[in-house]
Amino acid sequence: MEDLKVRIARIQIENVNFYYGSNHVLKNVNLHIYENKVTAIIGPSGCGKSTLIRLFNRMNDLVPVSHVEGTILLDGKDINAPGVDVVDIRRRVGMVFQKPNPFPKSIYDNLAYGLRINGINDKGTIEQKVTESLKRAALWDEVKDRLNDSALRLSGGQQQRLCIARCLAVEPEVILFDEPCASLDPISTKKIEELIQELEKYYTIIIVTHNMQQAARVSDYTAFMYLGELIEFGTTEKLFTVPRDKRTEDYITGKFG
Amino acid sequence: MNENIIASAAIFKKKNNARNKIVQNTGFAILLLCIIITILFLGSIIYFVGVNGIKIMSWEFLTAPPRKAMTAGGIGPAIVGTFYLTIGAILFSLPLGLSCAIYLSEYSPKSIAVNVIRLSINNLAGVPSVVFGLFGLFVFVDYFHFGVSILSGSLTLGILVLPGIISASQEALMAIPQSLREASLALGATQWQTIKRIVLPAALPGILTGVILSIGRAAGETAPILFTAATFYARGYPDSALSETMALPYHIYALMTEGTHPEKQTMIAYGSALTLLILVLLISALAIIIRQRQRNKMV
Repeated sequence: MEDLKVRIARIQIENVNFYYGSNHVLKNVNLHIYENKVTAIIGPSGCGKSTLIRLFNRMNDLVPVSHVEGTILLDGKDINAPGVDVVDIRRRVGMVFQKPNPFPKSIYDNLAYGLRINGINDKGTIEQKVTESLKRAALWDEVKDRLNDSALRLSGGQQQRLCIARCLAVEPEVILFDEPCASLDPISTKKIEELIQELEKYYTIIIVTHNMQQAARVSDYTAFMYLGELIEFGTTEKLFTVPRDKRTEDYITGKFG
Repeated sequence: MNENIIASAAIFKKKNNARNKIVQNTGFAILLLCIIITILFLGSIIYFVGVNGIKIMSWEFLTAPPRKAMTAGGIGPAIVGTFYLTIGAILFSLPLGLSCAIYLSEYSPKSIAVNVIRLSINNLAGVPSVVFGLFGLFVFVDYFHFGVSILSGSLTLGILVLPGIISASQEALMAIPQSLREASLALGATQWQTIKRIVLPAALPGILTGVILSIGRAAGETAPILFTAATFYARGYPDSALSETMALPYHIYALMTEGTHPEKQTMIAYGSALTLLILVLLISALAIIIRQRQRNKMV
């Protein structure tokens, strides 16, 4: 773990507890997410991994009768502090969801939307950013001739890459992937995984997955969660080869899931 | 032993299949019959109104005011009156109803009070239309001194269709998947931007369906305009929102209940009914075209 300390943590989670009604969903979670690295969060269904990353862009604000305790620092600043603009947090911390959710608009407008709501109205700038984002999301070659087509006509895998491009267009610093391949076929999954490794150069990435092979393939660090607790965190290589906790070992060897 | 079991199982299966098929075919036949009965009713309404109404149709009938104690002349002022009343009702109820629906489905917390409001709105839809007419008379005609006028009638009709607009809009808004709202918010959009630019455009077709139904209702109601807007006879077209007006449904009612020449008046009533049908269709067509455009944009 020594090699971890030299890097700057982009997100620090300290003693975070999350309650949904009387359910104690996250229990005293501590975690550092490193800059320009891919961190995977694995664990069985219902362990709280999605709930955890939805705290990073405050999407859980939408969940009624819930509350969060502890601190989540983005670049050293508490994102839950009073006076912090949630809109600003969400622009800096982008999110790609489990099911592709393009807007029922054209491919072009899907990407332009994020720019327009953030006050960019210059046509040239929008066009340039749309192009760049589509290229970076490895979708440009497939859609460059039909930018005005509805996004709903794309295949599932293309839709998911469109959602990634849409997220890139507003220039986030961190990207959260919430089981991005859960509804995709193996070929589309491979493309998304390659894309995530490519995006690592420019962004800090956190990916929630229940697919351990996927975590092993794409991530630099892995966190294992179980029943709302963070059981183990380390480099992906170490966690998968020499896990320290018995539960981690049982999970990655398939004794439970 | 084993073979016996297999054989009997096969027979059992066969018997069962034959029975299921009969049940299914009978079921489909009943459904088909229901459709045919419905179409028969609908077809005969259109047929009777069409065949009887077309006889009297002429340019003069559509544009001229009635003459000779309603036994001759046309229904021009009534057409114009119904058009104004309907458009007025929608102009009043759509912004108000849509705003209520947005508040109820997007902003309001889930509480008992909100549920009570929701329930009241739905109950409002069941209030008999003549009650709305009385309400309009007391509030708009008398209290606000709008008099018996297009304005009073439009507002009364507007309130009548308001519950329908609210529930149709609310349902349309709630049918928009939460994932679209999350996608927008996750990009740094405010809740208002999300509603205005993502949720509302996606819900527009459903909202317009509510508007189309309301147009038909507002154009066809007699009781709400009876004391608030309608006049038995007008020599010319209404010239302001505060003038009283003829209207097609009330005109039909008057033709069939008053006067001294029933045979002539019945023909004019059929002509008016056909005109009313066509007018509703034309106003609705506008909403249907907008709805179709929006749908095409989204697929």
